Amino acid sequence: MGQRVAIVGTGQTDHKSSRKDVNGVELIQEATARALEDAGLRRQDIDAVVIGNMDHFEGINYVDMWSIDGNGGLHKPVMKVTTGGTTGTTVAIAGYYHVASGLFDTVLAIGWEKNSESDTTAAIITCADPFWERPTFGGAVAGLAGAACEYMHRYGITERDAALIAVRDRKNALKNPYAHLRKEITVEDVLNSPMLAYPIKLLDMCPRSDGACAIVFASEDKTKCITDKPAWVHQVSSRHNFTFFTDVERAGRMPTLYEACMDIYKNEGIKNPLHELDVVEMYVPSSFAGLVWIDALGVCDEGGAARLVSDGVTEMDGELPINPSGGVISTNCIGATGLIRVAEAAMQISGKAGEHQIDGAELALATGFGGCQWSDVLLIGSSKPN
Amino acid sequence: MSKQKYPLLTISSEIEQPYNYSLGRYGGRLLKELKHNKKIVGIKCPKCGHVYVPPRQVCGKCFVKMDEFAEISNKGNLESFTVVYFSFLDPETGQKRPVPYGYGRIKLDGADSGFLHFLEESDLKKLKIGMRVEAVFDENRTGNFKDIKYFKITKERNPS
Amino acid sequence: MERVAIIGVGQTKYERNKKGETFADLVFEVVTKALDDAGIAIEDIDNVVTVSNDFWDGRTISSMAVTDACGSYGKSVSTVEGDGTFGALYGLMRLLSGSFRSTLVVSHCKGSEGSNHFITNAIFNPIYERIIGLDSISSSALQARRYTEKYGITEEQCALVSVKNHKNALNNPFAQIAMDISAEDVMNSRMLSEPIKLFDSSPISDGACAIILADERMAKRVATSPVWVKGIGHSADAYNLGDRDLAEPAALIRAAQKAYNMAGIKEPYKEIDVAEIYDAFTYQELLWSEGLGFCERGKGGKLIESGETTMGGKLPINPSGGVLSAHPVLVAGLARIAEITIQLREEGNGRQVDGAKTGLAHGINGACGQAHCVWVLEN
Repeated sequence: MGQRVAIVGTGQTDHKSSRKDVNGVELIQEATARALEDAGLRRQDIDAVVIGNMDHFEGINYVDMWSIDGNGGLHKPVMKVTTGGTTGTTVAIAGYYHVASGLFDTVLAIGWEKNSESDTTAAIITCADPFWERPTFGGAVAGLAGAACEYMHRYGITERDAALIAVRDRKNALKNPYAHLRKEITVEDVLNSPMLAYPIKLLDMCPRSDGACAIVFASEDKTKCITDKPAWVHQVSSRHNFTFFTDVERAGRMPTLYEACMDIYKNEGIKNPLHELDVVEMYVPSSFAGLVWIDALGVCDEGGAARLVSDGVTEMDGELPINPSGGVISTNCIGATGLIRVAEAAMQISGKAGEHQIDGAELALATGFGGCQWSDVLLIGSSKPN
Repeated sequence: MSKQKYPLLTISSEIEQPYNYSLGRYGGRLLKELKHNKKIVGIKCPKCGHVYVPPRQVCGKCFVKMDEFAEISNKGNLESFTVVYFSFLDPETGQKRPVPYGYGRIKLDGADSGFLHFLEESDLKKLKIGMRVEAVFDENRTGNFKDIKYFKITKERNPS
Repeated sequence: MERVAIIGVGQTKYERNKKGETFADLVFEVVTKALDDAGIAIEDIDNVVTVSNDFWDGRTISSMAVTDACGSYGKSVSTVEGDGTFGALYGLMRLLSGSFRSTLVVSHCKGSEGSNHFITNAIFNPIYERIIGLDSISSSALQARRYTEKYGITEEQCALVSVKNHKNALNNPFAQIAMDISAEDVMNSRMLSEPIKLFDSSPISDGACAIILADERMAKRVATSPVWVKGIGHSADAYNLGDRDLAEPAALIRAAQKAYNMAGIKEPYKEIDVAEIYDAFTYQELLWSEGLGFCERGKGGKLIESGETTMGGKLPINPSGGVLSAHPVLVAGLARIAEITIQLREEGNGRQVDGAKTGLAHGINGACGQAHCVWVLEN
C-alpha cells in the first residue's frame, strides 16, 4: 500500500518585509513558477495542488479558490490545509499524502503569506480562546515570552544563552540569497535591542515577511524521469494535544515536538539523532524557542540545549547544523515558513543549497510550530525509503 | 503603452467581522460564580483526576466527558509571566492595547492546568516565578472575564 | 485503489442557533456518536482530520478550539479548510498511504455566531469585487440568472426542488427546516436577491458531523455493514466570476468524471441509486445534476419535473432534505457522505431509498461552486 514520495523541486520568492510590487496571487505564482522550473516541469504536468496560509493575515476567505491563477490549480484538484504557524509543514505533509495515497503522481504544495497586509499581532491574538485567553494574550511574541521565562527559570538559562541562537541564524542567513534579513548581529546587539515582551527582545524575534514557497512532490515513477538527486520523504508526523495555552504541560521537554520526533525516530529506526541526523531546519520563531526545541529533538538532556549551542554543535561546521538557511529568525512569511524548512531540508539532500550547503547531508529533519504547540516533523533523506 | 512608471499602491480597508461566541454551559457556570460569588470553578476529569480551569466538557487526554465541578482557590503560584512593552492593535477593541502590561500563567491552588490573567505589577524587578498571587475582583461585576481585575502579589510564601 | 470503507458516522441535529454549545461540544457529540456507531473506541483511531474555517469560527487557527474534543491527543492530526468532502478526501489519502488503519474526520460550523454576509463577502476580490457587496446569496443570484436564462429553466422548476427537499426533510431527524409546501409557497416567499427567494435558499445553521474511514482489514474486522469508497474526484474552476460561464459546471464535470472512472460508472443516472448533492440554492440541485451527468446539459428543469428525483423515483436526490434543509457550511458536504452511508446501510427509516446499492455524495467550495468534490460509495 502507498507509494514512495520524493521532493523533486522547490521554489521560493524573494522574501522581503513588504512586496508591494506584487499582489498575493502574483507572489504565489512567483514561487510556483520557480518550483516548476527547478523540477523542469510545466503546469500541465501537475496533477493536484495543496495550499495553505492563515486567513486573517490577509483577510481573504477561501484562499485556495482566490489564488487559483497563481497556484497552478485551474481546472485541477485543489485543496487547502491550515494549522497556524505549522501551516507550511502541514501543506508539505498533505503534499506527501496526496502522492503517497497513489491518487496523484505529481503534486504542487504551496505556502505563502503577505504579512505586510495586516497587523500580525492582532491577527494572531484571535487564535486564543475568545473569552478566557484573548484579553491577556499578546500574540506570538508574548506567548513565546511566557514560555521562555519559565524555561530560563527551570534550567538557569540566561538571555545571553538564547541570543546565541539569533546570532547563529542571522549569520547563516548571509549565505542564503532568499533570506529576508541579511545582516550579521552580535550577542551584544541582541541584548541591547528593545525589549518587546520580557525576556524577548527585538533581535530575539523573527521578522514578519512577505513571501511564498512551493514544493513539487512526485511518485517514484515520476521522480525517475525528473531528477537523479531526489530528496525522499522518509517519515512525517504531527501532534497537537492542547486546546488552551494553559493546558500545555511545561515540565520536561516540549511535549508535542518531542512526541512527533520520537514517532519519527521509532519508525525510521533512529537511535542517536545527534549522530544520525546531518542537518535540521527548525521552525525557531524566537531565540529562546530555539533552545527549548533542541531539547525536544532528543539530542541532549533536558535543559542541555544551551550547552550544545555554545559548544558550536549546531553551527554550520558542527556535528548537527541547525538552520543553515538562517531559519525563521531571518525570514518569516508565516504560512510559507514551515514549507521553507522542508524545502531547505530537501535542498540540502539534493545538494542544491549553494553557499549554505552542508557537505554530504544524507538525512535532514524539518520541523514546524504553530497553534497551541502544534508540531509537524518531516524526515527527508537521500536514500530511497523502505 | 507608454513607459511611464506607475507607483506601487496599496488599498486600505477595515473588515468588520462581528461574532457572538458561545461559552457553552461550562464556561457560563464559571462566569456566574465569578459574578455572584467571587469564586473560580474548574472541572475534574473522572478518569485521570486532572482539574482544568476554565471548565470545559472534554478531557483531551482521556477523551471522556467531565461533569464534576471543582472549586478552585483565588490564590495560586505564578508559573510564568511576561511584561509586554510593544504596542499592538487589539482585535477585540480595534484600539491599541495599553502597554506595558504584565500577565502570567497562574497555577491556582486546586487546579492542575494554568490560568492566564493580568498582573497588577508590571515592574519586571518585582516579578519572580513561584511568587504567590491572588485574584482581585472588580466591585462592579458584569459576568465577564474582567470581573477579575488582575492578580496581585501576596506576601505568602510558596508552599512548594 | 485499495479498499477503504466508512465504518461510522455521527451528526448533530442541525439548528438555527445552538447557543448552549461551543464548537468543542458539537465536535465531541458527533465524534462520540461516530465511535459508537462504528462500535470502536478512540484508541482504535490512529489519525484525525478536522475541518474548520477561521472566518466562520471567528478565530485564527480555528482547529485549536476542538483539539480536546476531536480525540486527537497523542495522534497525528491535520486540518482541512473547506467543505467536509475535502476533509474526508484528505482522510482517505492518509489511509491509502498505508500509514494508518483508521481516520476520523470531523467538521463543525456555527453559522449563528458570525455574519454570513461579511464572511462570504470576504471570499471575493478585496480590490475589485467586495465593494459591490457580493456575498454567497447575491453571487449565487448571478449564477441562477445566467443558468436559468441560458437554458430556459423556469422559476417553478426551481421551486419544485424546494418542495421536494423540504418534504423529504420531514423524515430526517437531523434536518433543521422540514415542511410540506407548494411551489406557489416558494415562488411567493420573500425575495432575497432576485431571482433567489427565501425558500429557494438554504438556512443559516449550526451543527457538526463526523465520519470514520478504515482500511479493508479494519473495516472487515469491526464493521457489520461497511460502506466502501468506490471513486472520488475533485476539481477547481476559475476564481473571477467573469472568467467562468456560471451556467456551465465545468469543475464538477471533471470531478465527477474522475470519480466515475475510478468507480467504473458509465451511465450515472442508471447506475446510481441515490444521491446527496450540495443544493445551497434550488437552482444548484438542477445545475449540479447536469454536471453529475444525471441528465443532459440544460435539462435539469425537466429532470425535477419528471419526478424521478423524488422518493420512489428512479434516482432520488437528497432524501435527507439536502442542504436546503440544513446548511452548516463545511459540515454540509460531510453530512452528504454520512447520509449516503446511512442509505447504503439501509438505516434511513422514513427517508430510506429501497435497495440502494450505489450512492453519490457531493460537496462544493468557494463562490458559485468554484470547486467540487464527488464521492461514489457502495455497500
